[in-house]
Amino acid sequence: MNLDVLWFVLIAILFIGYFFLEGFDFGVGMLLPFIGKNDTDRRVMINSIGPFWDGNEVWLITAGGALFAAFPNWYATLFSGFYLALFLLLLALIARGVAFEFRGKEQNRTWRSVWDWLIVLGSVAPAFIWGVALADMLKGVPINASMNYVGTFFDLLSPYSVLVGAAVVLMFVLHGALFLSLKTEGDVQERAEKAALRVGGPATTLLVIVVILSYFYTDIFRKMGIDPGPVPMIAGLALLSVRYFIGTKRYGWAFAMTGLTIALSTVTVFLGLFPRVMVSSLNPQWSLTVYNAASNHYSLVVMSIVAITLVPFVLAYQIWSYWTFRKRVSPTDHMDY
Amino acid sequence: MDQLILSRLQFGVTTVYHFLFVPLTIGLAFLLAVMETIYVRTGNETYRRMVQFWGKLFLINFSVGVVTGIIQEFQFGMNWSNYSRFVGDVFGAPLAIEALLAFFMESTFLGVWLFGWDRVSKRVHLASIWLVSIGTAMSAFWILTANSFMQEPVGYTIRNGHAEMSNFFALLGNTQLWLEFPHVLMGALATGAFFVLGISAYHLLRKNHVDLFKKSFHVAITVAVISSVLVVAVGHAQAQHLVKAQPMKMAASEALWNTSSEHAPWTLVADINTAQHKDPFEIQIPYMLSILAYNSLSGKVEGMNQLQAAYVQQYGPGNYIPPVAVTFWSFRIMVVVGTLMMFLALIGAYMVLRKKELLGYRGYLKWMVWAISFPFIGNTTGWLMTEIGRQPWIVFGLQKTAQGVSPTVSAGEVLITLLGFILVYTVMGIVDVYLMVKYVRLGPDEHVTDDPSAQEPIPSLF
Ligand code: HDD
Ligand code: HEM
Ligand code: HEM
Repeated sequence: MNLDVLWFVLIAILFIGYFFLEGFDFGVGMLLPFIGKNDTDRRVMINSIGPFWDGNEVWLITAGGALFAAFPNWYATLFSGFYLALFLLLLALIARGVAFEFRGKEQNRTWRSVWDWLIVLGSVAPAFIWGVALADMLKGVPINASMNYVGTFFDLLSPYSVLVGAAVVLMFVLHGALFLSLKTEGDVQERAEKAALRVGGPATTLLVIVVILSYFYTDIFRKMGIDPGPVPMIAGLALLSVRYFIGTKRYGWAFAMTGLTIALSTVTVFLGLFPRVMVSSLNPQWSLTVYNAASNHYSLVVMSIVAITLVPFVLAYQIWSYWTFRKRVSPTDHMDY
Repeated sequence: MDQLILSRLQFGVTTVYHFLFVPLTIGLAFLLAVMETIYVRTGNETYRRMVQFWGKLFLINFSVGVVTGIIQEFQFGMNWSNYSRFVGDVFGAPLAIEALLAFFMESTFLGVWLFGWDRVSKRVHLASIWLVSIGTAMSAFWILTANSFMQEPVGYTIRNGHAEMSNFFALLGNTQLWLEFPHVLMGALATGAFFVLGISAYHLLRKNHVDLFKKSFHVAITVAVISSVLVVAVGHAQAQHLVKAQPMKMAASEALWNTSSEHAPWTLVADINTAQHKDPFEIQIPYMLSILAYNSLSGKVEGMNQLQAAYVQQYGPGNYIPPVAVTFWSFRIMVVVGTLMMFLALIGAYMVLRKKELLGYRGYLKWMVWAISFPFIGNTTGWLMTEIGRQPWIVFGLQKTAQGVSPTVSAGEVLITLLGFILVYTVMGIVDVYLMVKYVRLGPDEHVTDDPSAQEPIPSLF
């Protein structure tokens, strides 16, 4: 495998990690007012993701850094092109990040409910924006011969991309509900299980619609042939099995399956793109590819050595931290947020 | 206003804002690690309460540091896409390494530290805060590797119109980095130390928790003395390096229009007339600039007019003189607060060593409360001088700031985001300061407990 391709794979892995991990903490954030019926419930929910959410977000930061280092042109085109969308994403991430910390620092009701709503907004918006961005990347956006995005903000919003955004939101809600069912007890756990049951159906339906629409809006099926290959098939099967696992009260499995669906859907997107990284809707010749967007060979060698040395350590201590905090959070625990 | 000015304004505002929180994170993480080490070694409960008190303030600050940091990473691509294409091969690597090596470590172990008080052993808990502290220092190292490349490009070749990395170790061995990193790190440790000193002084003036705040004072004064002496020493070395590496920045920070005489005087204050390239009024200290630049009573320093002529020869027509007044005054302000900090720290250390009763020196303690602001002023003016003094270059000698900006982002879009960020930053700043003050006043041992209504249902908003 040459290094351009290796880095494409690594970036895919970083985004998979990001969507898988932050997916559930976005979900928990979105469910806050629905499952958290009183203040203690809400604190239990926030504390269930307390030790993890920042570490999860670093997957995005690393993906951004890796994009910059390995594919400067991809980074430059994407970030300057999706300018206002990313601005909204940043506002959402700011609000959410400080809300976790600030919420519990005052007893006042109004104070807490303002931060609660910022947590909800700050969780819905990024999920939606990422969905839209992925759809646009697949579908193609107006990119000119010098690799610059020449559309407007509203060109990013097509019915297709909006539906993909909504599908991602629902997937994350489901993923988050299942996470809560594993990490909490009592009332919160019960409500989380019910919520999972309720959103499971709509999430699955929407995803199926999105897959069908992808046939019309993108070239992903033409590229893969009519047979979509095993990856999206397994993603679909995994999603269908969630209902079964919830029914038989095997929430660990259900959570693993939503995770698998998220991971494999991301893989499908990246497979659909390859070898392009940003599709130009103006002229296929103007698309960015792993070859014309990449850094020089020497940089990639350096980066590969660094990544291969460091990633195992990062994975090891992140897994260790999840293991350390594996216990369910209960209202009688000492809670920091 | 055009898009370039707005983009520059946005970059300046967002980075300066980020860097109000960063040094406090770096400094407090280290102080917390030291305090917890003493706690684990001695078992003295006071130190545990200290860690928890300062830890709360640390966390409030850290959260703003994190959320403002994400913007930094995004804005290179958003507002400076031509710059990103031009240097990505070189510049992206340290950024990616920073995330992989430092941010994962900071965030994961901060989680362990915060939520682990009764889940992990004392030793693991102590190790976590040390890892957070090491993480913040490594983060500084890697981001400054990137920044040093912009000040003094090394280890690259220009090919196909952009800079490609040709020697990673040259990037790591950059002289600029080995001056900038210690200066910034020591500045950050001083920030943490003066924060702890000032708040301890506040409580000592009111005789609250005297034992705890005296102990805090003792730990912090040690760090303050070392860091504030070193920040000045390294700053001096930086100035000497500037004379060689970026003489234009040096000349601007001295408002030196024409090459000095053999025995160069140091200008204390000046009335700068940029249009006519002269300083109608100056107060000067004889020989001082030669001493600053060369550690000797003699030695010429080049002036801006001469450098401008030389740069036009080398790089073609253009104005190579940065905004002189900002560069000049930010340098002066940094040096003044640096000197004050050093003296205040030395006086404090003297009193502690001589076992003087701190409570008796109310005047000194009051100074220390005000001195909380000094390192923040120093950090901000330091960056203003470094970044503005480098203009018109974004990467010195390779790319001008005007060439780095995103070609397809409109002025209107930049204006919207600029106003948006300013609004959010203002609100966030107010809340942050409000909470800081509240928790400082509350003192140790006070917790916000669950209010009685915690179990009552919250009315649904739908
Ligand atoms: C000298 C140190 C220093 C400097 C010059 C900068 N930062 Fe910073 N940054 C830190 C030192 C730091 C830190 C100490 O590591 C922070 C501060 C608070 C924190 O949580 O970590 C941080 C946080 C932080 C984060 C969030 C990390 C997380 O989620 O844990 C990002 C993405 C960045 N920074 C990125 C940047 C970029 C792209 C910069 C260049 C303009 C930059 N920082 C300047
Ligand atoms: C790796 C770190 C950094 C990089 C890569 C960097 C890069 C840049 C860039 C691209 C600009 C825009 C050009 C311009 O506005 O003139 C700039 C300007 C600026 N930067 Fe930095 N910077 C870094 C760190 C910092 C930090 C930490 C601060 C201080 C808090 C800072 C302060 C400023 C300021 C104040 C400006 C505005 C200068 C002006 O408008 O003329 N920079 N820097
Ligand atoms: C007498 C004392 C000081 C001297 C002589 C001094 C000197 C310098 C010089 C020459 C630079 C510019 C380096 C460059 O452009 O490459 C600089 C930058 C800077 N200074 Fe200072 N400094 C002093 C005190 C301080 C203090 C007390 C602080 C903060 C606590 C501080 C924080 C900074 C920062 C953050 C920068 C920007 C980063 C860098 O370029 O290193 N300085 N200083």
